[in-house]
Amino acid sequence: MDEILLARSTFGTTMAFHIIFASLGVGLPLMILLAEVLYLRTKDSDYRLMAKRWIKGQAILLGVAIPSGTIAGVQLSLLWPGFMEVVGKVISLPFQIEIFAFFLEALFMSIYVYAADRLTPWMRLLSVFLVLVGATASAVLITNVHAFEGTPAGFDIVNGQIVNVDPWAAFFNPSFVVTALHVTVSAYMTGAFVIATVAAYKMLKTRKDTKEFHFHQKALLMGLIVGGTFSLLTALNGHESAQYLHRYQPEKLAAAEGLFETQPYAPLAIGGYTDPVTKEVKYAIEIPWALSFLAANRFDEVVVGLNDFPQEYWPPLFIHVLFNGMVGIGSLLIFVGFIGFAWKKLLKRESYPRWVMWIFVASGPLSILGIEFGWVFACTGRQPWVIYRMMTTAEAATKAEGLGFFFAIFLAIYILLGIVTVLVFKYYFRRHPLRLQDGSQEAAK
Amino acid sequence: MTDTVIAVTLLWIFVMIYAVAASIDFGAGFWSMVYLNHEKTRATNIANRYLSPSWEVTNVFIVLIVVALVTFFPGAIYTLGSVLMIPVSLVLLLLLIRSAFLVFSHLIDEYHKMLSIVSGITGFLIPALLILVLPITQGGFIKVVKDVPMLDFMGLLTSPHAFSYIGLAVTSTLFLSSLLLSDYSHVSGATQAFKIYRRDAILIGPVTLLMAILTLQTMRLENGWLYDKIFDNLPWLVASAVFFFLCYIFLLLPQRAKIGLSLPRLSVICALIQYLLASYAYGAAHLPYIVYPDITIESGFTDHATFHALFVSYIVGFAILIPGFIYFWRMFMKDENYLRQRPKQKT
Repeated sequence: MDEILLARSTFGTTMAFHIIFASLGVGLPLMILLAEVLYLRTKDSDYRLMAKRWIKGQAILLGVAIPSGTIAGVQLSLLWPGFMEVVGKVISLPFQIEIFAFFLEALFMSIYVYAADRLTPWMRLLSVFLVLVGATASAVLITNVHAFEGTPAGFDIVNGQIVNVDPWAAFFNPSFVVTALHVTVSAYMTGAFVIATVAAYKMLKTRKDTKEFHFHQKALLMGLIVGGTFSLLTALNGHESAQYLHRYQPEKLAAAEGLFETQPYAPLAIGGYTDPVTKEVKYAIEIPWALSFLAANRFDEVVVGLNDFPQEYWPPLFIHVLFNGMVGIGSLLIFVGFIGFAWKKLLKRESYPRWVMWIFVASGPLSILGIEFGWVFACTGRQPWVIYRMMTTAEAATKAEGLGFFFAIFLAIYILLGIVTVLVFKYYFRRHPLRLQDGSQEAAK
Repeated sequence: MTDTVIAVTLLWIFVMIYAVAASIDFGAGFWSMVYLNHEKTRATNIANRYLSPSWEVTNVFIVLIVVALVTFFPGAIYTLGSVLMIPVSLVLLLLLIRSAFLVFSHLIDEYHKMLSIVSGITGFLIPALLILVLPITQGGFIKVVKDVPMLDFMGLLTSPHAFSYIGLAVTSTLFLSSLLLSDYSHVSGATQAFKIYRRDAILIGPVTLLMAILTLQTMRLENGWLYDKIFDNLPWLVASAVFFFLCYIFLLLPQRAKIGLSLPRLSVICALIQYLLASYAYGAAHLPYIVYPDITIESGFTDHATFHALFVSYIVGFAILIPGFIYFWRMFMKDENYLRQRPKQKT
């Protein structure tokens, strides 16, 4: 491997690992807040207990999210010093403000976790609300930098010098709002479906008509409704994201769809893979005119194909598969959320069949997979640029050598920590089983 | 003051806050390992109780420092990123492991022993690695090969100057943390733990002073430019030494006395002032260089428009956050019930 690929692999591994914990760290506080609100409204102590158990999960996840996020932040400077020089001069505001969001989250997280029994209900609600605000703001602000990489604004490079800097123009770069919304709603979706996963799994393992079963059923319904709603929002916003690609990064959309010829009435290729030799998408289902419609809401829209760009600026063609994976999972999840809701509320059935339950179990891991696909798609689809048409990844990378060693060590540590996290989850929740009769005992623990 | 001086001052303040908070944090981890088997004294308990809520907030400061450095002095990032790659990556790995265990052990009692060992070992390794930033940025260990700055790692590992810094960092960590824990256990009413931590502070205090003198000596041999400039700030150094002796006297006095504040609290305050003054002397002497001799605060500075936007965001951000910090402080550092663990007494 060359050093640039090693640098990308090291940073990519950090992000692939961190993004799981980061997304859940944004999504779970929403579920906890909703549970606290439902508790205040219904006085059903099950919801309070849910909030209490979920916050423990959140605490375990944060134990990994915070240090891995710290690593991501520092590695940016270590691995991409060229990029960070532009960041420092042009797009430093979001990083700066993110610190405050991070502080807010850390402070109130500590208060909510370590001092919950000393807080009034409203103070508790406020604390978890501020955790949610902090976590969401962090996600939005970091995405801001990502959006800037795709649609840079607010500076010029003249003779290698960065000039005409306007930090607020860089901050409000064209794709900021739509991209940040995409990350936020998909994180909310993931948090909700992960709750649904756990609840559905527990229901499969619990006898019906027990209190525990009903407890999990409430959690499941909450997860499915919230998850379904946000997966719908993710899709609507995803449609808009695709139109932004059409307008601002046409070669990325072309590679995502495996489109080579520039054309109106462009077809949408679903599935299959892009063959670089024959320049076509193999084994795909083609829907005529659909891509043009997707790109601009009209069938005669001209969609630019890859042939219009020099081959050295093509993104890797495998992103077609990633793009399809992301969209496929997203669509499936809307459906999952809808079944859960319809079965219960429209058909008024008491319980779900077992095979449906297993689909619910799969929803959380699928959401995470969708996020990973989407993120790898977004970043590899921008290659060879780190800042679109401004700076290449190769220019940004560190010139230090010996990255292979660190790549190996970080990879090993992430795998180890992943395993330990799972063990801690298993161990903790086995040691603290759900006891609905003596819920107050649980609280004291 | 010019923009660059404001920026470097802010950065210095963040580094100071982190250095103190992290010394206490890492040192507390070390002490919780040392007193693991002293069941009766509760020394380990006290250390862990301090650590639980505070490490997250301390940890944010690392990111704050990196962000402040990148945003204020992006021109320094290329060199710093390249030469600090190895030590900082090692620090990151250790931090990752440590933080994970801190959280896990809070949830699972059986992990407490393992936590104390993990946070104890990382507790002195991390400061030892972090301090290497100082000798590296003083120059002498950076080779430029084909326009790429590289760290002369072997040179660093065989340098007495680097080792005297490591000694200074580790002893200071232990000194500051034992001081703060003595105050913390004093407030918590844990007499046994208080005695132990006070004794540790009394033992280590003079060693830190020796290490500081040793570091100045090795600096004279290896980085004469900085040594000469530090002595331009002699009054600050003298004042720092005075506060060290004040701190030490408060520590030695019979602890029933009270001069406004309790004596352990006074010791802590004097020690903090001592480190503040010494680091001011160091920082002022180091200026205008970020990395000697190539990068100065002027050459590395960000765009002025960006700096002004950042400055506004700092003011707004801290205005919003300070009430949160105060609330946090009252929750964990002042609340008698929390400190004495009234609601439930774990054995």
